[in-house]
Amino acid sequence: MLTIATGNKAVAAAVKELRPAVIAAYPITPQTEIVEQIAAWVAAGELDSSYIPVESEHSAMAACIGASVTGARTFTATSSQGLAYMHEMVNWAAGARLPIVMANVNRALAPGWNIWAEHTDAFQERDTGWLQVYVGTVQEAYDTVVMAYRIAEHEEVLLPVMVNLDGFLLSHSTQSLETDSPGDFVPPFRLPHAIDVAHPAGYGTLTGPDDYFRFRWDIERSMRNSSRVIRETEQDFSRRFGRTYAPVEEYRADDADVVVIAVGTLGKEAEVAVDLLRREGIRAGSLRIRWFRPFPDLDLSGRELVVIDRDYSFGFSGILAGSLRARTRADPYSVIAGLGGQEVTYDDIAGFVRGREPGRELWFGVDRNV
Amino acid sequence: MYEIRIHSRGGEGGVTAARLLALAAFRDGKYATACPLYGAERRGAPVVSYVRIDDHPIRIYSQIRNPDLVVVLDTGVMEAVDVLHGLKPGGWVLINAPKAEEIPGHRSYPVDLTGIALSLGLVIAGSPVLDTPVLGALAKMGIISLESAKAAITEMFSDERNVRAAEAAYQELLP
Repeated sequence: MLTIATGNKAVAAAVKELRPAVIAAYPITPQTEIVEQIAAWVAAGELDSSYIPVESEHSAMAACIGASVTGARTFTATSSQGLAYMHEMVNWAAGARLPIVMANVNRALAPGWNIWAEHTDAFQERDTGWLQVYVGTVQEAYDTVVMAYRIAEHEEVLLPVMVNLDGFLLSHSTQSLETDSPGDFVPPFRLPHAIDVAHPAGYGTLTGPDDYFRFRWDIERSMRNSSRVIRETEQDFSRRFGRTYAPVEEYRADDADVVVIAVGTLGKEAEVAVDLLRREGIRAGSLRIRWFRPFPDLDLSGRELVVIDRDYSFGFSGILAGSLRARTRADPYSVIAGLGGQEVTYDDIAGFVRGREPGRELWFGVDRNV
Repeated sequence: MYEIRIHSRGGEGGVTAARLLALAAFRDGKYATACPLYGAERRGAPVVSYVRIDDHPIRIYSQIRNPDLVVVLDTGVMEAVDVLHGLKPGGWVLINAPKAEEIPGHRSYPVDLTGIALSLGLVIAGSPVLDTPVLGALAKMGIISLESAKAAITEMFSDERNVRAAEAAYQELLP
């Protein structure tokens, strides 16, 4: 059905199609609309799921873990403080190889108390073993939740997936939405190591020094496998539904001398900046990183890079810029912009490109080049 | 691209008007994005919503700096907010008022949305409903078709007085 929806409603609509057996969540701005909508569908009998209104995000993830380990499909959603509170269980979900799908509506961490968009909340979870994807439109939010279940539950992956969307900018923006039924695009979930609730048994998870590293390597092996599974899933999605996605969305980057790299809605806004710069005779292009974990392989040789981080790792650098330096040996112009919902326009992004200084860092709005 | 900024007070339906407008534009075969500017919202506080309409997919999420059209659902906010800020030269202003003063350099379109809502008994929690009649006014101005305006209202609201309110605003607004 073709309609309009907010980013949050699109996530909820996709979850409804995937019919998780268990949904456990705690409301938090700007994510609340997702679980509110899902809870309303469950209450109205339109979605046959067990909805567990837990008392905290830590418990939300614990409940998803408990359900998932029995082989049940699960979903939760959170933001910012909620994700931080959940952190211990976020690690557990990946370590226990449970393909939970979680929507995280990106929001800045307090203090100061701030409900607006920032990516630091999710980037802080980058080392937990979760796959991470960041979307740029309402349609992409819907489509990516659908793909996330197929990727997470793939027998060569079996890792949880975090689907990220920018707080308010996307979560509360209304755009058109095609709500295709996934049909058999996502096969029924089968967890090979599910416990058998009909035959209760005790399990010990103590894993000694001779074995622990093997489990860690197994996570990394699956993370590497996931790159192929993501590509196959996105290609099959394109064949079936006609909408094409890639781990990295390129825009006019083929012949570009300078490439803007960003995540989420800033990555879409950057495309408009690219058009503006091209009209001025600057051969610009842009890359929007969708999948941050596994981190994509990028060939950026011979291009100047302008990397925009809506996040920061204190005492180090922008997290995206730092990752790109590590993986590509590039020396980008690193721009820290959009923290806590700071307004960043396509004009601003074009200005970053015009004023680029490779190797340096700019804090947008702070009158200082670092 | 056509850019619209809607000024209202919290609870008056500015956010819903933006969504209805985006839906109507979409039913006209256009692309549209409605983005409310969220702050510490509360009933009665000035609120801003943005709508972009284009023939191509919309990739801009930042605020509208230079709107083609400003919609003022509550003239009271004009005491606190410069509603004409950044309005393009020659840009239009749709004002919820029985009549409006000339605005040099711009074209103003007064229409009594509050009167229309009250005459139809369209009142929720003590406030006249403005988000549905305004669609009729926007249709008269050629931003959307009247057919799509009515279709959008029918999709989001079951009370058919909302459609009549839009039709009344369409009739009342002088082109």
